[in-house]
Amino acid sequence: MGRTLAEKIWDDHVVRSAAGEPDLLFIDLHLIHEVTSPQAFDGLRLSGRSVRRPDLTLATEDHNIPTTDLDKPIADVVSRTQVETLRRNAEEFGVRLYPMGNIDQGIVHVVGPQLGLTQPGMTIVCGDSHTSTHGAFGSIAFGIGTSEVEHVLATQSLSQAKPKMMAVEVTGELQPGTTAKDLILALIAQETTGGGQGYIVEYRGEAIRKLSMEARMTICNMSIEWGAKAGLIAPDATTYEYLKGRAHAPQGQAWDDAVAYWDSLVSDDDAHFDKTITIDASQVTPFVTWGTNPGQGVPLSASVPVPADIEDANEKIAAERALEYMGLTAGTPMRDIAIDTVFIGSCTNGRMEDLRVVADIIKGRKVADSTRVLVVPGSVRVRLQAEEEGLDRIFTEAGAEWRGAGCSMCLGMNPDTLTPGERSASTSNRNFEGRQGKGGRTHLVSPEVAAATAVLGHLASPADLPDTVPAGV
Amino acid sequence: MEKFTSHTGVAAPLRRSNVDTDQIIPAVYLKRVTRSGFEDGLFAAWRGDPDFVLNQPAYQQATVLVAGPDFGTGSSREHAVWALQNYGFKAVISSRFGDIFRGNSGKAGLLAAEVDEKVVQALWDYVDANPGASVTVDLESRTVSAGEGVDRIEDSFTIDDYTRWRLLEGLDDIAITLSHDDDIAAYEAKRLPFKPATL
Repeated sequence: MGRTLAEKIWDDHVVRSAAGEPDLLFIDLHLIHEVTSPQAFDGLRLSGRSVRRPDLTLATEDHNIPTTDLDKPIADVVSRTQVETLRRNAEEFGVRLYPMGNIDQGIVHVVGPQLGLTQPGMTIVCGDSHTSTHGAFGSIAFGIGTSEVEHVLATQSLSQAKPKMMAVEVTGELQPGTTAKDLILALIAQETTGGGQGYIVEYRGEAIRKLSMEARMTICNMSIEWGAKAGLIAPDATTYEYLKGRAHAPQGQAWDDAVAYWDSLVSDDDAHFDKTITIDASQVTPFVTWGTNPGQGVPLSASVPVPADIEDANEKIAAERALEYMGLTAGTPMRDIAIDTVFIGSCTNGRMEDLRVVADIIKGRKVADSTRVLVVPGSVRVRLQAEEEGLDRIFTEAGAEWRGAGCSMCLGMNPDTLTPGERSASTSNRNFEGRQGKGGRTHLVSPEVAAATAVLGHLASPADLPDTVPAGV
Repeated sequence: MEKFTSHTGVAAPLRRSNVDTDQIIPAVYLKRVTRSGFEDGLFAAWRGDPDFVLNQPAYQQATVLVAGPDFGTGSSREHAVWALQNYGFKAVISSRFGDIFRGNSGKAGLLAAEVDEKVVQALWDYVDANPGASVTVDLESRTVSAGEGVDRIEDSFTIDDYTRWRLLEGLDDIAITLSHDDDIAAYEAKRLPFKPATL
């Protein structure tokens, strides 16, 4: 019988297989950042172990670093200690680190693809749940905890029970004005936060094939938000075009050999999926969340749901709690929700295409008086490219803040946070209680919706903006 | 890692679903570089509420957490497991766990016992009626139990065989893998030559 794409990659990485035990998988690339690694390096020191394959390991600083005053020492002493700890560990164990100030620093999931380190057919792990992003290249990529980080550092392998296989058939085509972010938000709302649990998910179909690499990364990035172990997309010409010429991509004969292998990375026609679900992309419209988990979303054209209408008892209680936390009244049209802060960035939507689309919408307009807008590039290279294209001036002239690269307000670990009760429209991936700051209220949106919302001061899509830019600008 | 065979302790009912790891411990508490001291951040946003379950006298000494479905979803932060352990929890019972949280628990020695949703409900009802009552989580027999006589609750929980064995024996995962060093070296010798390197 045929195999799925994920099964082929899995089989190619089995170091050891024994009855009654999980498979031991070889890890091709281990990405490290400052927050989930210090205790792992400590563990190595305590047991006198070394990093087995520093040449397959890469560290960067992203989660807790500031996005302003980049030329000064980190003001938060505890954050600074954590970053300095990573620097010491990288030095001691011979791991390459791209620290603040380096041109290759950035969010770990933006940096890997950008360098060409993320390639088809790999196993990629990182102490961060959004590692699923790298699945966009046709790799098995997933987040791990710190104990597993230590395990991979010491052994370059990981014990894993083989997950079940799921196919997500995306039929139809995304309509103009609708994006990969809307599609994945709609899918999560359909399947709920636990729907993907125990599965590696392959996103397939015409609509997926037509997406750019950056849009595919947005889709795979949010696999974890519906509980999937990993999400991936078969590599194709779009993948190869993105990779060719990047710093760590194969060259010459090695490129041809690699492509020959990558071409085999597709689910066979007779492959068995344990589950198949379907979503019609042509029916998806701009989609936003109203609640406190990514599955609590509705079309922007809809209203805040009425908990009494929800059948499932747990979901109903969760909805009531969410509305209370979010300070929302059931039945309120989503477009009537006023927004205090717009955050544009993160490993979900902090890449060039995202910034370009925001700039296109915001160009010549002003952000609403009542709204603060943060634009945080996913990496230093994204920042420099955006500046070369003049996007930074478009943002700042509109009244938005243009920041340094990092995770920033996605998780509110650095000074970029919401205050209690403050409401954001965020291109990031999680609307959990307190995620962006204690008491903060998050609505997950696409870059397009974020841009229109920034201008109008309430949840909106570009279609809601006046047709022409006001005269005189 | 300490061996885990069976544990009996005060059970705290956490009547919420989708308790993600940001709620278990918010990101601002993740800046420490040690494995200890995270109890301060446990359920930080809720601890200020005097009605929150862990603030009630009956549950001060709780070591077993009985939570709604989809406990530990979201971020991969193992700090969520450490925070529960640092606070004193030995086991969490739920009908569904986030995959990464479950994995982290198994590595760090916190028992994540997956039970049927009706068992969670029965345990909630039992501890509500008997605040401060104990629940037993037995890894040998894979059962959770509480109460006596007609009130007796006893049911099985799910945990994969390998994690159960490691917890029962208190084994170090890395040492087990390093005993297969030859297999890793053999794999490395046959890796595809065009795979990328960082150095």
